[in-house]
Amino acid sequence: MSDFIVLFLAVLLALLIKPFAEKHAQAIWSGISSIHFVQRNGVVLSAYLIFSVLAWAIFMIILPQLYMVDFSFRHNLPFNEVGGPGDTWTLDNYQYLLFGREGDTEAMNWLHLKVFFKTILVSALVTLFDLAICYPIAYYMGQVAVGGKARLMFLCLLIPFWVNEILRAFAFRILFGTSGVINSVLIGTGVIDEGIDFLRADVGLYAGLSYAYILLMIFPLYNAIESLDHNQVEAARDLGSPWWRIHLRVVVPHAKPGIASGSTMVFMLTAGALAAPQILGGPSSLWFTQIIYDWFFTGLNWPQGSAYAFVLLATCIVFVMTIMRIFNVRFGEIAK
Amino acid sequence: MSADVELDHVTIRFGDFTAVDDANLRIEEGEFFSFLGPSGCGKTTILRAVSGFLDPTEGEVRIGGRNMRGIGPNKRPTALIFQNLALFPLMSVADNIAFGLEVRGISKFERRKRADELLNLIALPEQAEKLVTALSGGQRQRVAIARALAVEPEVLLLDEPLSALDLKLRQHMRTELRAIQRRVGITFIYITHDQGEALTMSDRIAVMSQGIIQQVGDGSAIYNDPATAFVASFVGENNPFHGHVTDADDQRAVIDTKFGRLQGRNHQGLSAGDKAILFVRPEALSLANGAAADGNTIESVVVNQEFEGQFVKVYLAGEGPKPIGLSMTNDGSASLPEVGETVRVGFDPERATMLPVGELADE
Ligand SMILES: Nc1ncnc2c1ncn2[C@@H]1O[C@H](COP(=O)(O)OP(=O)(O)O)[C@@H](O)[C@H]1O
Ligand SMILES: [Mg+2]
Repeated sequence: MSDFIVLFLAVLLALLIKPFAEKHAQAIWSGISSIHFVQRNGVVLSAYLIFSVLAWAIFMIILPQLYMVDFSFRHNLPFNEVGGPGDTWTLDNYQYLLFGREGDTEAMNWLHLKVFFKTILVSALVTLFDLAICYPIAYYMGQVAVGGKARLMFLCLLIPFWVNEILRAFAFRILFGTSGVINSVLIGTGVIDEGIDFLRADVGLYAGLSYAYILLMIFPLYNAIESLDHNQVEAARDLGSPWWRIHLRVVVPHAKPGIASGSTMVFMLTAGALAAPQILGGPSSLWFTQIIYDWFFTGLNWPQGSAYAFVLLATCIVFVMTIMRIFNVRFGEIAK
Repeated sequence: MSADVELDHVTIRFGDFTAVDDANLRIEEGEFFSFLGPSGCGKTTILRAVSGFLDPTEGEVRIGGRNMRGIGPNKRPTALIFQNLALFPLMSVADNIAFGLEVRGISKFERRKRADELLNLIALPEQAEKLVTALSGGQRQRVAIARALAVEPEVLLLDEPLSALDLKLRQHMRTELRAIQRRVGITFIYITHDQGEALTMSDRIAVMSQGIIQQVGDGSAIYNDPATAFVASFVGENNPFHGHVTDADDQRAVIDTKFGRLQGRNHQGLSAGDKAILFVRPEALSLANGAAADGNTIESVVVNQEFEGQFVKVYLAGEGPKPIGLSMTNDGSASLPEVGETVRVGFDPERATMLPVGELADE
């Protein structure tokens, strides 16, 4: 029935528009073709570009996320009660992260909050660590290496990432396990007597997380540093500057947008990582995404999971914005 | 403070390629010294060896008598002005100028004072807070000079600093650079492929070609008494006449050319039988009317004529595809030859230079 009404309205609308469209076809057409964007790309290509970008933004990003936001403000109801009188909006899901259930022994939900803050803190440290490792490499590739050498280094960095994330994580297990490669070597050479449990100490997790998204740090950094005129480095040196001041005053300010975009991506993706924590996390350690995952798939509580996911997302965004404000990076710059 | 710079058998190679070949010269304290040569002849390479970005493959660079091998650019008493200036675009004008002082740990207050003094020197007061990207080409040029002068170098090195400016500004900056050099009194080493710049500003000039220093001398020596065929053809306009020397003493030599026997000065000690080129400048040639010719004359057909106001350029068919140029003062008296007319032109042997055959600068 409702299908019929929609169809009927559509036909009606078409009939109403038709005379108007016919009358003004010329004007509409010349209006469209006078837009600069259309002139440059032609009508067909511009229509395609606009349509695909809009479709992508609406169907892939905005709509599903809106669904999830909506979810996060609802009760976890059995299927047959959805849409019923009990289906009202609520803040319970967000409250739960902070205070837990009423009647819990503690006032705050420390179990989850601790994991949450640890996730943010460790992600920030992983980002700093990646930045520290990648900056010299990017500087070398962008300013020092000539021609083929930089390209060769790129390949060497890139090829390991053809291996998928899960396989790489398992490889780290083998590397860091109690009877893994590192322990075998250390015991074999007599440095230690007994295997160290790197995984329990979360060393494996931190290493795995640092490795997982390191390329996303290298590329923007390299792009930014590579675009610096090498004469500026030489000019600073000629004026008597030691190497560290050259970096502080000339290279880093120039590379700031690259540093910002690399750090943002690594931070966001690390905070949202799932595979590495699942595979490499010690038995007693949790990553916030694991809790979210559990709400969805073990607890079957989608509203609760959505709320947790949004808290993580919002916190990451606020965190990144704050850092960018502190270091005076404008938002437009990171897209350069 | 000012220092002399010596190049002692300096050779610089990149792999098999010799960019600078056995350069020997001494630049005096407080001198304005230029290296002049076509693009790719090794000028920048020499400058980088003086500033410390590279060490010569062989030989020594000495500044103030001290061998500079192994001493980095941040430790030498030199400051370099880059071809593209290389100002720091994210810093203000004052911060650019004071960068070298910041490096030396000088207080913010002192730095600012010094920057303001330098801004006055380069006639750019009140611009301290601007970003360098907001300045015009000529203003940026001056900021680069001030930034280099701020560290009080004993030697200032300039790598074609005016090449990015338009003609008017370039000519104005020539005068200004020379004035700044007189005021600060330090040694300037200036690199250019523009002979006008080199001739107007320099105390002395080294003319280079393909890594080899061809001649060192002041402007008039280089123009009036070139030492090689390259210098004669590169600096100013010159008409070459190829041939064999038929007769020579230590003052004069006679050369047998396509246009007959011609005479010129023999400062390079050519002797009979040598292959040689006689160079005669356009302004040294004049119309030799009728039979009054004394033998040092050329007969040829007028192929072109250009009116330049003060001068009239007359072109005669030459020995090759390039015409012989003749520059006549437009004093209203002489009747100008017509295109197609055969004329006889002559010159004073004292104003013609006989040189051994060698590479010519192509225009
Ligand atoms: N780092 C380098 N490696 C190899 N060749 C170089 C290098 N620097 C300069 N050259 C070569 O040396 C020659 C002289 O260069 P340069 O001194 O820059 O010339 P100029 O400044 O007179 O135009 C050029 O042929 C150039 O290609
Ligand atoms: Mg050069």
